[in-house]
Amino acid sequence: MRTFLEVSKVSKYFPDPSGKGLQCIFKDISFQIDEGTFVTVVGHSGCGKSTLLNIIAGLERSSEGGVILDGKEIDAPGIDRMVVFQNFALMPWLSVYDNIRVAVKAAHPRWNKTEIQAGIAKYVDMVGLTGAESKRPAMLSGGMRQRVGLARAFSVEPKVLLLDEPFAQIDALTRGVIQEELVRIWMRTQNTVFMVTHDVDEAILLSDKIMLMTRGPEAEIVEVVDITIPRPRARTTIIEHPLYYKIRNHIIHFLVERSTKGHA
Amino acid sequence: MNGLVTAKNDRTRVAILSSAILLLALFVWQMSSTPSVGGRTQGLPGPAAVAKVSWEMLSEPFYDRGPNDKGIGFQVLSSLGRVAIGYGAASIVAIFGGVVLGLNPILLKAANPYIQILKPISPLAWMPLFLYTIRDATGAMILVIFMSTLWPTLANTAFGVSAIKRDYLQVASLLQLSWWRRFFRVILPAAAPAIVAGLRISIGSAWVAVVAAEMLVGGTGIGYFVWNEWNNLSLTRVIFAILVIGTVGLILDLGFTRLAKAVAYSE
Repeated sequence: MRTFLEVSKVSKYFPDPSGKGLQCIFKDISFQIDEGTFVTVVGHSGCGKSTLLNIIAGLERSSEGGVILDGKEIDAPGIDRMVVFQNFALMPWLSVYDNIRVAVKAAHPRWNKTEIQAGIAKYVDMVGLTGAESKRPAMLSGGMRQRVGLARAFSVEPKVLLLDEPFAQIDALTRGVIQEELVRIWMRTQNTVFMVTHDVDEAILLSDKIMLMTRGPEAEIVEVVDITIPRPRARTTIIEHPLYYKIRNHIIHFLVERSTKGHA
Repeated sequence: MNGLVTAKNDRTRVAILSSAILLLALFVWQMSSTPSVGGRTQGLPGPAAVAKVSWEMLSEPFYDRGPNDKGIGFQVLSSLGRVAIGYGAASIVAIFGGVVLGLNPILLKAANPYIQILKPISPLAWMPLFLYTIRDATGAMILVIFMSTLWPTLANTAFGVSAIKRDYLQVASLLQLSWWRRFFRVILPAAAPAIVAGLRISIGSAWVAVVAAEMLVGGTGIGYFVWNEWNNLSLTRVIFAILVIGTVGLILDLGFTRLAKAVAYSE
């Protein structure tokens, strides 16, 4: 395995709400992600983890520092990275099929009609949307919508898949099902994934590594936890693994006790 | 089941009330009109006289007996032709301009005061300027229609585009869509409900403006027809023309109601 995505000394400042000066969201964040691994940042809401994800996506600029993906510096969005958004961000005027088609066509401009159709069918099938192709997103449940979001993201075959709290807006029962499907899909595709979440169970189920981020301002990543629980993992069996509650308690303890630094 | 019955009841009630309003209007009209004496209209012609003339005019819509006597079909078509050119050109300019303004919030803020000043100007106020500069009556009329339809579509498009959810544009840039695909795949459909609302206001203004413009500089068209029949003192035909103008306006508006339904989406 080689370092594939390198985030080095990235800081982000926003104009202070008072109107004077700048507020530091996070400072000097550095980490590396190996190809084919699933890495998650866990932190409280508002710690800047989504901003960090947007910087890797190229949707926002870092104030300092840089991101290198597969040997190239990132300064704009590109088809080599795709985001799965918390609020799905599907085009409501397009059908499920057309939402995925836009992505497949964008990723494969030289494909002919048959190849595009086959590509769409593959990803529709992968996320279990067969039969719902002609529906518009408004007619689908949250879980079904995010399946479209996942299909769209996987269909561009990105070098890095960026998941921004992908299941936070899905009801708890459906969430578990779709998390497990993501486990299954990821086992097959072996994409490099960067996810941010505040759901500890989700992070443990999916990740190879979990990075713990403190609360802002001046948030930092203070610890990386390796999740050595063997794959394939399932929600029902993972909780029986001896390490599960140890890891879980460690992270929860971090979120409750240690994530706030001295400054109040 | 219950809901269906209520909906059906409502529709029946609407139909009954609607007919009652029509009958009341016809009654008031009949009462306020005076019978014609010896074929020459003395007062306001009544519904029966207008119905008779309407039947005559509508049964032969495309006759041509010289510049001052053409069938109603010709008149409406020539008005619609002017509207099509002026409105069509203005809509293209307004949609493209509106998209540019909508995507550049600072430019929109800078331009907005001027749009707001230009918007309430009656398009007819431009007529002398156009007549003077292009020295062509038809051209001037088309430009008046252009001015009447530019602002509602421009303003609606600009604000519709500026209100597009950031997510959609972010997806477009993540997928590296070309400017062209971004425009047709994302921006236009996202802002379509606002744009069509603007187009609908605009077609109404265009239809109002064309009648007034033709009354001023005329030659052909439904507005000219009204003015011509006024000069002939044929109020029956004037009332007929008024009804035609209203009906055509209604049809145009219905077209846009359909279009609005077609481009609507729920999130």
